[in-house]
Amino acid sequence: MSLKPNAKVVLEVRDLQTYFKTDAGIVKAVDGVSFKLHEGETLGIVGESGSGKSVTNLSVMRLIPSPPGKVVGGEAIFEDRDILSLSEKEMRSIRGAKISMIFQDPMTSLNPFLRISTQMVETIRLHNKELSRQEALERSIEMLRLVGIPSAEKRVRDYPHQFSGGMRQRVMIAMALSCNAKILVADEPTTALDVTIQAQILELIAKLSAKMGTAVILVTHDLGVVAGMCDHVCVMYAGKIVERAQTATLYAKPAHPYTEGLIKSVPRMDTSKKGERLYSIEGQPPNVIDLPPCCPFHPRCPKAMEVCRHAYPPLRDLGSGHEVSCWLYVDEKERVYE
Amino acid sequence: MNKQKPLLEVRDLKQHFPITSGAILQKQVGFIRAVDGISFDVYPGETLGIVGESGCGKSTAVRSISQLHKPTSGSVLFGGVDLVTADKETMLKARREMQMIFQDPYASLDPRMTVRSIIAEPLVIYNRRGLLEKPMSNIEIEHRVEDLMERVGLNKLFKNRYPHEFSGGQRQRIGIARALALNPKIILADEPVSALDVSIQSQILNLLSDLQKEFGLTYIFIAHDLAVIQHISTRVAVMYLGKFVEISDAVRLYDNPLHPYTTALLSAAPIPDPAIEKGRQRIILSGDVPSPDKERFGCYFYDRCPKRMPWCSCHIPPMFDHEPGHQVACWLYDPERDYHAVTMEEAVRDSASSQVV
Repeated sequence: MSLKPNAKVVLEVRDLQTYFKTDAGIVKAVDGVSFKLHEGETLGIVGESGSGKSVTNLSVMRLIPSPPGKVVGGEAIFEDRDILSLSEKEMRSIRGAKISMIFQDPMTSLNPFLRISTQMVETIRLHNKELSRQEALERSIEMLRLVGIPSAEKRVRDYPHQFSGGMRQRVMIAMALSCNAKILVADEPTTALDVTIQAQILELIAKLSAKMGTAVILVTHDLGVVAGMCDHVCVMYAGKIVERAQTATLYAKPAHPYTEGLIKSVPRMDTSKKGERLYSIEGQPPNVIDLPPCCPFHPRCPKAMEVCRHAYPPLRDLGSGHEVSCWLYVDEKERVYE
Repeated sequence: MNKQKPLLEVRDLKQHFPITSGAILQKQVGFIRAVDGISFDVYPGETLGIVGESGCGKSTAVRSISQLHKPTSGSVLFGGVDLVTADKETMLKARREMQMIFQDPYASLDPRMTVRSIIAEPLVIYNRRGLLEKPMSNIEIEHRVEDLMERVGLNKLFKNRYPHEFSGGQRQRIGIARALALNPKIILADEPVSALDVSIQSQILNLLSDLQKEFGLTYIFIAHDLAVIQHISTRVAVMYLGKFVEISDAVRLYDNPLHPYTTALLSAAPIPDPAIEKGRQRIILSGDVPSPDKERFGCYFYDRCPKRMPWCSCHIPPMFDHEPGHQVACWLYDPERDYHAVTMEEAVRDSASSQVV
């Protein structure tokens, strides 16, 4: 949570489009997403299931199964190169070393047949060829200590099933940061964990990213987690970023009706009153197959206008990096459609 | 506080699952103490929220109450009958008034049944056995299904569709309609909103509170999300390792949590407001929830408690009445004695002597 002014941009994603071919039609899971990630920043990506937040990150990591999925457009600039156009071999030297990722379910991301030591040494030596097996093992133990695993030198010999859910996620974080990654992509890292363990893991991610200067992309559906962790937030809906702002601004003055509804519909421990009805966004999230060129939120939007049914709203800057894609913020004269 | 007669009385309910080992000759090597002696009353018209982390036994507790698992010991009094010892016939009658809603709307609906037959199934079964107040004809059942669908916000034209054609929130509405079909008095809801997205979650929570007002329902509502529990409950029980550690009115519990575990749980839950989150002091508990397979002689929370005293290591705290309607199982709140000064040796000696007696 310590973003310096004029921090360098480490990753810039421009107009990313990832489509999936299905029998029912083309699913535009991610459709024109752009964002910048600065050095030392924690960027939150929030959205409901199916909004494309995970696919965005998998596309950047080049982990989209193809077929059926395909990155059909856009670029992702990392260290002056577009990583979307790199060869698989070049990508392999970045993935896991400079950009690493942790997932929601730590059990399915660890190999149950291999000891933690084997898996960590493999990762470390793959990216640091000059290290010996012994040196890599020492580095693994050091990393496990850093993430707070007690008696790390013994536990490194254990298998994944011998760890609890929270401990496994710690192992994943240790592994992800073992090559001094520049960017850590955390895809719902605490969704499978209990609140008390979630608090431990979030604190660990915040502490380590500050210490090692890692930029973090935190994907979550939990607005509470975002509030405590992130500098900037992108809100996704139906494959597009509908609003982007500094965390404080977004919660204080949400501009997009969807963001506003989302924030209001979460029951809150501190302010909500007993018996009060919750605000709710009526209807269901849209099916992203063959979306017509309109605002995808208009059927659920309390402020929908005629223009929303006919054209997708352009992105408008409301000042100090607060951007929103909604016709409400477009000048009346410019609300034209064919 | 409610002076009415309780609708449901649970006394010292225990549910232990055997752990076996060996491939052919299965030998019992221990127990998982999933629910380890809980007692509480539920009054008509209230919502009792049960909150706790995964593995604390909250789902097992409601499954034992509804006799989906036969409890190891204890009693569940519902309408003057002890369900634990009840025969099949009595149980059937009791189930008419006690229904469940489950967490996973994908797994709790039969994929090969249409929505109509899912919602009608309880009616058909009870009708066939002659257990309904008055027998229903097929057309009456059909009308009842349509009414229920409309009541929970589903279009009745969809009654011939299958569950896979619905989204998660709609499926949860189907599950709710099925639970309402027999006009139950009490609904046990096991994490009904945990699998849903935020915007859908608020729709379902609103629906549940509307139904409660309209039909005078009583809920036992399980969730791991503290904000959801606070929103829906009139009373809240906090569970840890198979035991209740604190039970109180919802307002009092959130304003003045007593048990160190409740305090930690409340402070760990994120609040969706960056202004508050920045200035917040968290109590970060160390370690994980221990496995419930050991027999414990001290407080169940001893290993992780930031306020533990030597006394707690070898004495299980009973439920103390802190104030009317607010009970807590923690030695810090024993009105008769302050245990801070007791050393470990004295505590162990005391516990040993009391065991001999």
